[in-house]
Amino acid sequence: MSEATVPKLELGRVGESLPRVDGIPKVTGEFAYSSDLQAAGMLWGHTVRSPHAHARVGTIDISAAVGMPGVHAVLTHEDIPGEKRYGLEFQDQPVLAYERVRYFGEPVALVAAEHPEQARRAAERIRVEYEPLEPLVDPERATEAEPLHPDRPTMGHGYRDDPRPNIVRSLVIRQGDPAAEGDVAVSGVYEIGIQDQAFLGPESGLAVPDGEGGVDVYVATQWLHVDRDQVAPCLNLKPEQVRIHLAGVGGAFGGREDLSMQIHGALLALHTNRPVKIVYNREESFVGHIHRHPAKIWAEHRASRDGRLVNVRVRILLDGGAYASSSTAVTSNAASFAVGPYAVDNALIESTCVYTNNPPCGAMRGFGAVQVCFAHEAQMDKLAEALDIDPIELRLLNALGPGGSLPTGQTITGTLPVADVIRRAAALDVPEAEELPRDPMRLPGGSGNTTRGEGVRRGVGFAVGFKNIGYSEGFDDYTAARVQLHADGSATVHCAAAEVGQGVANVILQVARTELGVRDVALAPHTTATVDSAGSASASRMTWMVSGAVRDACRAALEEWDKKGRSLEVDVERIYRHPRTTPLDPETGQVTGERAHVAYACAAMRVVAEVDVELGLTRVVWIGTAQDVGHAVNPQAVQGQIEGGTAQGLGLALMEEIQTRDGLITNASFTDYLIPTTLDMPPVVSELIEEAEPDAPYGVKGVGEPPTVVSTPAVVAALRAATGRELSRVPVRPDDIVGL
Amino acid sequence: MRIELSVNGEPCEADVWEGESLLYALRERLGLPGSKNACEQGECGSCSVLLDGKLVCACLVLAAQAEGHEIVTVEGLAEDGRLHKVQEAFVAAGAVQCGFCTPGLVVATADLLARNVYPSDDDIREALSGNLCRCTGYAKIFDAVRMAAASL
Ligand code: FES
Ligand code: FES
Repeated sequence: MSEATVPKLELGRVGESLPRVDGIPKVTGEFAYSSDLQAAGMLWGHTVRSPHAHARVGTIDISAAVGMPGVHAVLTHEDIPGEKRYGLEFQDQPVLAYERVRYFGEPVALVAAEHPEQARRAAERIRVEYEPLEPLVDPERATEAEPLHPDRPTMGHGYRDDPRPNIVRSLVIRQGDPAAEGDVAVSGVYEIGIQDQAFLGPESGLAVPDGEGGVDVYVATQWLHVDRDQVAPCLNLKPEQVRIHLAGVGGAFGGREDLSMQIHGALLALHTNRPVKIVYNREESFVGHIHRHPAKIWAEHRASRDGRLVNVRVRILLDGGAYASSSTAVTSNAASFAVGPYAVDNALIESTCVYTNNPPCGAMRGFGAVQVCFAHEAQMDKLAEALDIDPIELRLLNALGPGGSLPTGQTITGTLPVADVIRRAAALDVPEAEELPRDPMRLPGGSGNTTRGEGVRRGVGFAVGFKNIGYSEGFDDYTAARVQLHADGSATVHCAAAEVGQGVANVILQVARTELGVRDVALAPHTTATVDSAGSASASRMTWMVSGAVRDACRAALEEWDKKGRSLEVDVERIYRHPRTTPLDPETGQVTGERAHVAYACAAMRVVAEVDVELGLTRVVWIGTAQDVGHAVNPQAVQGQIEGGTAQGLGLALMEEIQTRDGLITNASFTDYLIPTTLDMPPVVSELIEEAEPDAPYGVKGVGEPPTVVSTPAVVAALRAATGRELSRVPVRPDDIVGL
Repeated sequence: MRIELSVNGEPCEADVWEGESLLYALRERLGLPGSKNACEQGECGSCSVLLDGKLVCACLVLAAQAEGHEIVTVEGLAEDGRLHKVQEAFVAAGAVQCGFCTPGLVVATADLLARNVYPSDDDIREALSGNLCRCTGYAKIFDAVRMAAASL
C-alpha cells in the first residue's frame, strides 16, 4: 500500500518563500492522492443514491444485487452497527437513508465488488421503494412548511429559541437605536446562487480492516480527528479502533469538512474483511458534498449628508438545504460581517438559515462573509452615488480599525488595517484601455465574440471586505503538535493538520526550523494514530494554530533536551489554544465576554472589466489587491492563496452556480458547471500588508479567505460601472447585462 | 482482452475490459497513477498524456485504442532521475498547490514548449485553457511556463 510520506528536506525559516515540501512528488506524479491508493485484495465500493429530493423510503430489495459477479457486500441502514446518524455539529444526517430521503443524491445503499463496473452494475439492480413527497425548495416558504426534521436537531444548543418549523438557526443583532434616521437612505435586495467548491480531486479513500475489529481509513479530509469522532460511533467502535490517516488531498475549500466516504468505506471493509476503496466520479462529487449557501439579502443603509453611516439594517436568508452541517456558524458569520468593515453605531441584523430539500450547504471558503460582502459593497456604491461622494472616499470615511467595534459590541483589539488596504489597493496603477479592433481572444467572450468590439464598454470596480480568523462563539479550539529530537541531531514533527494544498506542511517545517535551528526536520504522516487533534483546515485558522502548537512543542522539546544533558532522545507533545471566545447573547446578538471572534483579516480589491453590452459577454482585464496578512510565513504561498481565492470569487461573480429543478441538481459536470479557466483569469497584482497580529505566534494571520470575500463584489462593481445596470444577483448572467 | 502498448518507452501488456479508458488502464492496471481523473469527460485536462507525441485526454481514449501506440505520461518526463525543466519550473514558481491539476498541466506545458519555444502570454492561455486548476488562479502557472520556456 502506498502512503503519502514526506521526505526529509532542508527548509528555511518563517518569512521565507521556500518551495513546497511536497512539490517534487507532485510534479513527477508520485504523490499519492486518496484516489491513487491500492492494497492487496482491494475491493471497490459504490454508493446508491436517491433520485428524489424528498421521498418516503419503503423496502429496499437487495436480493438481485447480492449474487452478481464479483459482488462481496450490499449494505443498507440495517447493517449499521452503531449510531445511524452523524453530523459535523448535530447528528441529523443518516449514514444510509431510512424512512425518508431529504435531498437529491442522499446515500441509500452500498455495494463492494472486485471491479468498479461490477459494483455499479450491482447497484443498478437494487430496488428501493420510494414514495415521492412534495419537495420544499423555496427557502422563503420554509417556515410555513411541514418540518423536515421534527426533532429539531439544532435546538437546545444555546441559540435563540425560534419556534418556527425548519429553522436551523436564527440570530438577531441589535445595536444602538435600530430606528435611527439619517439624511440619506439606500436599499437593495441581493441574491447569491449556490456555489460549489469544485475541488479537482474527487472524494475518495481507502478503508482497511485491521483484523482485530478496527479499521484504518486513508482519506482526503480537512480534520482527521473530527472525522474519527463521527465515524467511530456509527461503527460502534471505540475512537482508538478507528484511525484516520491523511491521504493526498486534491483541494478542499470547505467541501471536505463533512464526511463523504469515510463511514461507508469502513462499513464495507469491516463487512468484507477486505480493503475497500471508494472514488466518486465528478457527477457524484457535485451531489456528494455540501455547497456554499445560496442567500437572499435585504439591506438598507442610512447615512448623514457628510457620508457617515448612521444605521444599517440587513435581513439575511440562507438556504441550508437538507442537513445542518456547519450552517449555524455560517448564519452567525453572515450576521457578524453584514455591515462590512465599517463603523456604525446603530444596526439591526437578522440572519436566518432554514432547512429545505435543496442540496445541503455548509462550509465554503469565505463562510458567510462572501454572501454579505456582495450586498454591503453594492450598498456602499449606491450610497456613494446618492451622496455624490467618491466610493473609495466613502469607504475610507467609515473604515473600521483597532479600537472600533462590530455590531456585536466586540471591540477590535488586534490589527485590522482597513484604511490601509483601501489606500494601497486604490493606489495601484490600472492598465490603460486597450485599443480596438484587436485579436478576438482579447475581446469579452474571447474567440466566441465575432464582432469587432463595437459593444465593448470598460468599467472599474472596487470592494473591501473582512472576515474572522479561527473558530468563534466559544468553540474550544486547539491544535496539538509533537516534536521528537533524535540523538543524531535531527527532529521529527507530528501534527495532524490537513495539508489540503494550502501549504501547511511548509508552515510546520518552517516554524520547526526557526525554533530548533536544525536543518534536518522531518514531518511525520498526518494521522490520528500518533498525535492529538490539530483542528480543522478551515476558517483561515491553520497557519496561526499550527504555528503556535509547533512553536510551543519545539521550545518544550529544547528545554527537555537541556535538562537531559543534551544527549538523549526527547519526545514532547504540546497543545496550543488561541484567546478564548464566548457565545453571542441569544436575544441581542451582543458579545457575552471580550470576544466572540478571535481576530480578523481584511482585503481591498480593484478590478478592471470589459463588457460587451450587446452580447452580454464579459472579460476581466486586471485585478489589483491589497491584503492584511499579518506576518507572511511564506510570501510566495500567500500570493498563491490570494490569486487562487480571487479566482473562486471571480467564478461566483461570473459563472459558477449549481442549478436545480425541484431540488434536483441539473448541472453536475464540468461541462455545465463552469469554473474559471486560463482564459478567464487576468493578471492579479497583490500587495501584502504586513502588520503583526499581537495575539498570534510570529504575528501571523490566515490568508485564504479574504480574497474570495472581496473579489465577487469587486468584479460585479466593475460590470456595473461598465453597464450602468444594477446587477444585484450573482452569478451575473449575459441576460442580466443585456437587460433581458 | 489483452493489449500491448509502449508506455514511457517501455513495452507493456495489460488485460482490460472492453469499455475501459486508457486512463483507467494506466492508473489501475499499469501502476501509473500520476495521470489524474477529475472528470472523465474531457473537460479538465488532469489526465493529459501524449499519444504518439500528440496531447490527448486519456479519459477519452479507450484502452483498446492504445494498442500498438506510444504513450508518455507525467511519470515519463523526468530523465535519469533529473526533473524535466517544466517540472522544475512548476516547483520553483509556486505553481503547485494541491497539485491535482499538476500532472496534466506539466504534460500540456511540455507539449506546448515542444511546439512553440517562445510562446506569448496569449499562446500560453490558449494552450492551457483545457486544463482546469481550482487552487492557483493560474498566475503562478503562467510564471512557471515562462520560466520553463526561458530555461529550455
Ligand atoms: S479526467 Fe480526462 S479530461 Fe478530466
Ligand atoms: S493546484 Fe489544486 S487544482 Fe491546481
